[in-house]
Amino acid sequence: MQAERAQSDTVEFDVRTDEMLINMGPQHPSTHGVLRVVLRTDGEVVSEVTPHIGYLHRSAEKIAEKLTVRQYLPYTDRLDYLAAMNMNLGWALTVEKLLGQRVSEKTRHLRVIVAELNRIASHLVAAGCFGLDLGSFTPFMWTFREREKIVDLFEEICGARLTYSYLLPGGVTAGPPDGWFGRCEAFLDQFDPVIDELHALLTSNAIFIKRTADIGVLPPEMAIDYGCTGPVLRASGVDWDLRRDGEPICTEMYDGYTWQVIAPTGGRYPDDHPYPPVPPEAVVGDSWHRFYVRMLEVVQSMYLVRQGIEKYSAADGELDKPIKIKEKLPKGEAYLETEAPKGQMGFMIVGDGSAVPWRVRIRSSSFCNISALPEICRGVLIADMSAILASLDIVLGEIDR
Amino acid sequence: MAELLISISTPDWLAHTIAALVQCGLLLAIALCSAAVGIWLERKVSARIQDRLGPTRVGGRFGWLQPPADGLKLICKEDIIPTAADHILFRIAPYICFCATFCVFLALPFANGWVAVELNAGAFFLLAVAGLEIFGVILGGYASGSKWSLYGAMREAAQVVSYEIPLGLCVVVVVILTGTMNLVEIGNQQAGWFFNWHIFHDPFTFVVFWVYVTCAVASSNRAPFDLPEAESELVAGFLTEYSGFRWVFFFMGEYASMFVVSGLGALLFLGGWNGPIPIASLLGLTPDDGDVFGWIGNLLGMCNFIAKAFAGMTFMIWLRWTLPRLRIDQVITTCLKYCVPIVSAMLAGVMLWSFFLPGGLIAALTRPASFPRSAWERTDSKPDSFPRSAWERTDSTLRVDGMRDNGRVQEEAWRRSLPAVRSHAERGNEGDFQEESR
Repeated sequence: MQAERAQSDTVEFDVRTDEMLINMGPQHPSTHGVLRVVLRTDGEVVSEVTPHIGYLHRSAEKIAEKLTVRQYLPYTDRLDYLAAMNMNLGWALTVEKLLGQRVSEKTRHLRVIVAELNRIASHLVAAGCFGLDLGSFTPFMWTFREREKIVDLFEEICGARLTYSYLLPGGVTAGPPDGWFGRCEAFLDQFDPVIDELHALLTSNAIFIKRTADIGVLPPEMAIDYGCTGPVLRASGVDWDLRRDGEPICTEMYDGYTWQVIAPTGGRYPDDHPYPPVPPEAVVGDSWHRFYVRMLEVVQSMYLVRQGIEKYSAADGELDKPIKIKEKLPKGEAYLETEAPKGQMGFMIVGDGSAVPWRVRIRSSSFCNISALPEICRGVLIADMSAILASLDIVLGEIDR
Repeated sequence: MAELLISISTPDWLAHTIAALVQCGLLLAIALCSAAVGIWLERKVSARIQDRLGPTRVGGRFGWLQPPADGLKLICKEDIIPTAADHILFRIAPYICFCATFCVFLALPFANGWVAVELNAGAFFLLAVAGLEIFGVILGGYASGSKWSLYGAMREAAQVVSYEIPLGLCVVVVVILTGTMNLVEIGNQQAGWFFNWHIFHDPFTFVVFWVYVTCAVASSNRAPFDLPEAESELVAGFLTEYSGFRWVFFFMGEYASMFVVSGLGALLFLGGWNGPIPIASLLGLTPDDGDVFGWIGNLLGMCNFIAKAFAGMTFMIWLRWTLPRLRIDQVITTCLKYCVPIVSAMLAGVMLWSFFLPGGLIAALTRPASFPRSAWERTDSKPDSFPRSAWERTDSTLRVDGMRDNGRVQEEAWRRSLPAVRSHAERGNEGDFQEESR
């Protein structure tokens, strides 16, 4: 393990003291919710990490067996509550897959705009919390200021600021209000320079690099073995994104869009961006790369939103109406994974001919991503624990379901 | 004050007690005010950095009264002592912390002669007493009965003890430069224009100033060195179990010590109460121009000093809200691998500089011929401007003590080898010495 080797180089073990078991969480500022991590420490060095989950368990899968698929939609908001639009989208696409439906062009582009905006919002929270967990409060406020503008846009479009329930199976609740796309573009225009500020504040900051480079290195094989997905997987150098490599129902959404999957394949990123270079200390798969991948993905999402606005305006036809509340499901099952901001979000629906699913299973990205935590945290310092946890960008609503 | 009371026929003991109490209250007020203004400054500056407004409600548009309001809220809070805590130590710790910081104000001069106790070893006293603060933190962390607090305390012990070394060395540099540990005298030696400040004395002191800034930030537990209370790692470190007024004491201690290290930095390197332009002497407001004028000049000086101290605090606040936190091993590395070697090298540099170029670089360049004799010339032409250094005192003490035999011979030989430091007084006595030693 690279992380382990790096630690044993810098930390001397001349004095062995008694090991101490210490509870990090469930009430701890940097566990991103009600996660409890039991640390076995020798002084400040963490020898073993055991995540204990389940404090936010709400029987999300069982509830789905009591409600129709449209009634269940608000519950998907509460999975990854920082990217509720993407959760809605995953559920909607899975239901559409089961029903064999396809949506109109206009709906498709609106979905891309909304989902990518929410990806930006989610990555902003991740970046801000990363700064916060490293002891720098200002990036948190700056990213939340920007996220607030996205949330305002969402409030205009669906009335809610956190749990949107907007992208329904079969369509959307309502079209965007007049001038909404103009405000979207205005947001993107003013957001462009803010990204540079965030890079200046964190990415190229010497202390930030010292705290994250070569810390919590997740090799690509291990990332695949643990089922890590999303930016966590891509930061390990695996070029994999369901928006490009997924099932047709996912990839069709992005037909005609030009964008890049951000992954340091062969240790290199696409060079055509104006952002700070990779520091020499950083190793592919470390916390710094996980942060950087997200920051670059924000830019790609901005491209996608801009293209989506153009395409939406050019598209003919109407927005689709969502399916009926008591739409009967066919017999059979459908499983679909979509690319949510934090990784691959999978929904499985088993229908038995009635309007209520017979069984629903949810596969969440954060759950798999956090399962790699004990491996990559062996031998780090307590301070690195919060850096690594922040770099994984978990949401407990999604882990515990 | 005591004299005044005695003159209106108050008994001696009562007069002294009253005077002591009044002065104590005055000092406490200064310490608390500096902490309160520091808290207000922190809230406003951090808010501006983060695109917020900060306090706006209490005390008008700028939220002047926010610190007292905070204090009031915290007094009203429930006082919780965990059952696992060591009650006595848990209660004592905040007071130790605050008292240590408060005592530092005793020796901190605000203007020429405006100091509670003018100590000959002021710099030493200041460092020593400020170092006591960590006992409070360690005790508090240990007595809390919480593992996170213990981590905080251990970090504090490791960090602050390491940073005392370079911090002390930074002070030693100035002490060598000035030949005195008396803070008032150190301040007076920087009188005049801003290029008399020690930071501009030579390139070495300029570097030492920045090392001092680093160490000062670290020893007052401010970000990026705020490991003992690292909220994202250790919940709140040694403060985890504290609430209400005990917590306020720690907090006050922290801000007061920020003021102290900033003030000490201003005194040692930035001219203390001497402004960049000697307004006081240009306007005739020195003590020589009469009591009232001297008093006004001192008042200006105090404003200068306080402005500099708060500028230092603002710098620390700016750092805190910009930089992420270092890791414990990186903090110790910064201290032992960078600060200590750098400041040691600079110490040697300053010694050599003040030996070869005592008049400064400009003097040496403008009169290159006088370079080797510059020290002689300065002492000869301006004997009074030369610091009343240890040499003269040793000399006079020697005479008074009547140490006449072996020690004198050695002293004489030593002084011959160091002609640069001889002064008029010594040169006048030279003949006597030679006769006796013969």
